[in-house]
Amino acid sequence: MDWVWSHLDLIWSSTLAHVALCVPAIVLGFVVSVPLGYWASRSTAARGVLLTLGNVLYTIPGIALVVLVPVVLGLPILNPLNVTIALLIYAVAIMVRSAADAFASVDADVRGSARAQGFSGPQLFWRVELPLAGPVLLAGIRVVSVSTISLATVAALVGIPSLGGFFTDGFQRSFATEVVTGLVAVLVLAAVFDVVIGLIGRALMPWNRGRRLTSRAAKTLATAVPGGVGANL
Amino acid sequence: MSIEFRHVRKTYPDGTTAVEDFSLVVPSHSTTVFVGSSGCGKTTLLRMINRMVDPSDGQILIDEEDVSRVEPVALRRRIGYVMQNSGLLPHRTVIDNVATVPILTGTPKAKARQDALGLLDRVGLDRALANRYPGQLSGGQQQRVGVARGLAADPNILLMDEPFGAVDPIVRDELQQELLRLQRELGKTTVFVTHDIDEAFLLGTQVVILKRGGVVAQIGTPAEILANPADDFVADFVGAKRGKRRLTAEERGAGDDVLLVDAAGYPAGLIAAPGGRLELADALAAGAGPKSRSVSNKTDQAGDA
Amino acid sequence: MLFLQAIQWILDPEHWAAVNFQAGIAEELGAHLWLSFLALVFTAAVALPVGLYIGHTGRGRGFAIVVANVVRAVPTLGLLSVLLLVSLALPPAVFVFVLLGVPPLLAGAYAGLEAVDRQTIDASRAMGMTEWQILRRVELPLAAPLILGGLRGATLQIIASVTLVSNFGINSLGDFILGGLAANDYVQMTAGAILVTVLALLVDGLLAVVQRFAAPRGVSRGRGTTTARGRRLSVPTGTPVSEGN
Repeated sequence: MDWVWSHLDLIWSSTLAHVALCVPAIVLGFVVSVPLGYWASRSTAARGVLLTLGNVLYTIPGIALVVLVPVVLGLPILNPLNVTIALLIYAVAIMVRSAADAFASVDADVRGSARAQGFSGPQLFWRVELPLAGPVLLAGIRVVSVSTISLATVAALVGIPSLGGFFTDGFQRSFATEVVTGLVAVLVLAAVFDVVIGLIGRALMPWNRGRRLTSRAAKTLATAVPGGVGANL
Repeated sequence: MSIEFRHVRKTYPDGTTAVEDFSLVVPSHSTTVFVGSSGCGKTTLLRMINRMVDPSDGQILIDEEDVSRVEPVALRRRIGYVMQNSGLLPHRTVIDNVATVPILTGTPKAKARQDALGLLDRVGLDRALANRYPGQLSGGQQQRVGVARGLAADPNILLMDEPFGAVDPIVRDELQQELLRLQRELGKTTVFVTHDIDEAFLLGTQVVILKRGGVVAQIGTPAEILANPADDFVADFVGAKRGKRRLTAEERGAGDDVLLVDAAGYPAGLIAAPGGRLELADALAAGAGPKSRSVSNKTDQAGDA
Repeated sequence: MLFLQAIQWILDPEHWAAVNFQAGIAEELGAHLWLSFLALVFTAAVALPVGLYIGHTGRGRGFAIVVANVVRAVPTLGLLSVLLLVSLALPPAVFVFVLLGVPPLLAGAYAGLEAVDRQTIDASRAMGMTEWQILRRVELPLAAPLILGGLRGATLQIIASVTLVSNFGINSLGDFILGGLAANDYVQMTAGAILVTVLALLVDGLLAVVQRFAAPRGVSRGRGTTTARGRRLSVPTGTPVSEGN
C-alpha cells in the first residue's frame, strides 16, 4: 500500500494518459458507427459488407493492430495516435453491429405511422428513429467503452504510456502490488466510464428511466462481440 | 378409450386459477370440443390429458386409469397431439416428422417411413412432398402433416389444440371436412379445442362451452345447445341472442321459392318449392333445417316482408 | 515497403527453422496453436454444459451476462501479469485464456437454445420425447449454428490473446512482434503482426465455413418455421422442468 501512496502522481498521470488514448476512440467510434449502422439497417447489401468488414477488423489481434497501424499509415512507432487509431477500429467494429441492431429494432409500424403523419426523412431520423434506437445504442456504447479501456493496456507493450505500464513494469520487477494497482485502476476507470455514460443516457432518454433493460439491449450487452454469437445470421 | 375429468383444478404458483372444479366424461370414438374465449382454460384442460400440465387437484382417468400414475413420456407417446402452428421439426423432412414417434418407440426406420407414406395418403397429402422440409410447405399442408404425425403411433386418443386456427378460411373449411372424414374412418376419441363456435358445432359430437376459469356453461350436442341455450352467456356465445343465427323467411313473389335471410340481411338459403308454388306457411311448416329455430318466432315479420 | 519486406521475411525458409536457440516460425506457430487448443478444450468443457443448461432450463441467464460483462472489463495483460508472477507456467496462462473464451461460447450455447421456437419444443415434448431427446434431437441441431458462432468467438478471443504470453517468456507468434520491437527490427515485427493476423483470419474463416454447413437443412437461408405463423399463442406451457416430469 505504501507504494500506492508514494506513487499517486504516477498513477494519476498514467490514468490521464489512458483516458487520452481511449476517449477519442470511444467518442469517434460512436459518431462514425451511428450513420454506418443506420445505413446497414436500411440496406441488406450494406449490412453484409459493413458487418463482414467489422468482423475481419475485429479478428486482428490487439498488439498486431497496434504495430500494423504505424506501418500502414507511416507514423512513428511510439506515437500514441497508433493506439488510439487501433482502438477506434475495434470500437467501430463492435459499434456498427450494435447500431445496425438498434435501428433494426425500431418498430416498422411506428416508423410507418410517423411517415404517414408527415414526418420528413431527417425529422423521422432525429425525432423517431434515433430516440427509439437509443437504448440499444446505449448498451452498445457501454460495451465499447469497457472493452476499449481494457484493451488500451496493450499500449504498454509498445512502450506507450497507459495504465498497462504497471503490468509490464510490475512483472519485470516481480512486484505484484504494482500489477494489482494497475488492474484495480483499470477496473475503476471502466466503472467510472460506465456510470458516466449511463448518466448521459439517462439525461438524454428520460422516458427510458427505471425501465428494465429491454431484451434486445440485454442481448447486445451479452453478445456484442462480432464474430461471436449471431455472426452471419 | 373414454376420458374422465374428476373435480380437476389448476392453480398456478402466481395465484391465478386456470380451472376450478371441472368434471366431464369424454365418450370414446367421438369428438368432444372445448370451446370458449381465451382465458377459459380450454387448452389447459386439453394439456392435462397427456400430462403437459398436471392438475393441482382432482384426477384425470383414461379408461379408469389415473394418468398421474402413468409416466408422462410413455403416456404422451400413445396419445396423438396436433397444435395450432403444427410444431413440426423444421430440420426434419415431412416423412421424418411423421415417423418421429414410431421411431422414438423403436419401430425400425424403414418401416416407420413406409407407414408414414401411408399416413400422408390418409390425410390427403401428395407423396411427392415427403422429402420436403416443413418450411417449404403451405400453412394448410403443414397442418395436414401435423395431423398425420398425430396419427402416426395409431393412438386411440387424439388431442387437437386449435389446429386450424392459423390457416385462411378456405383452407380451414377443407381441413375441417378432411377431419370429419378421418373421424368417420378412424373413430378416434378426439378432444378438440377451439374458440370458434361454428367450428365447434361442425366438428363436435359433444360440445363443452366454457366460461373463464374452466367453468362449464353448457354441455350438449350442437342441436341441444342451439335449441336450448342454458343461459344468457351461452345464448350470447352461440350467437342466438344477437340474432346472428336467426333466419327469417322472405317471399320472393308468386310461384317462387322462399328465401331465407339471416340477421344481417344476407340471403342464407332457399326453401325449394317442389310443386312450383309454395306458400310461406307451408315452407315454415316443413321446417327449415337445424339452424332455423327462430323462423317460427319470426313468422309475423316474415309474413309482412 | 515495410509490408513487402515483412512478407519476404515470412516467405524466407530460413526464418521457419530455429537459429541460435531463437525459435523459428514453425515452432512459434506450433506453440501458439497448442496453447490455443488447450485453452479451447477447457473452455468447451466448462462453457458447453453450463450454456446448454441455461438454455434448456432458462435459469441462470442473468448470471452468464454478469460474468461476460466482468470478464470484458478485466485487461488480459494485467491478469496474465498477476498470475504469471505467482507461477510462470502454462496452467495459469491457460486459465486466463479459458476465462476469456468462456463468455462467448456460453452466450452462443444459451442464446442458441433460446432461439429455438418454443412451439417446436412444446410439440416435441407433447409427442413424448424425453428432456434428453429434446436436447439431442431438437435443440442441439437447431442451435448448432449459434453454438458454433460462440465457439468461433471464443477461438478468436483465445488466438488473439495468446499473442500476449510472449511478454512473459512463453513461446507464441507474439515473440516476433515483441522481439522485433525490442531490436528495432521493424521488418520482423511487422512479419509477426501479419502472421498472427493471417492465422486469426484463417481460423475464423474455417470456422465460418463449418458454421454455414452446420445449419440444418430445412432451416437455412431464411426459410423459417414461420410460414404458418399467424399470431401469437397463449399456451400455458409453464416451465419445462416443473411440469410433467
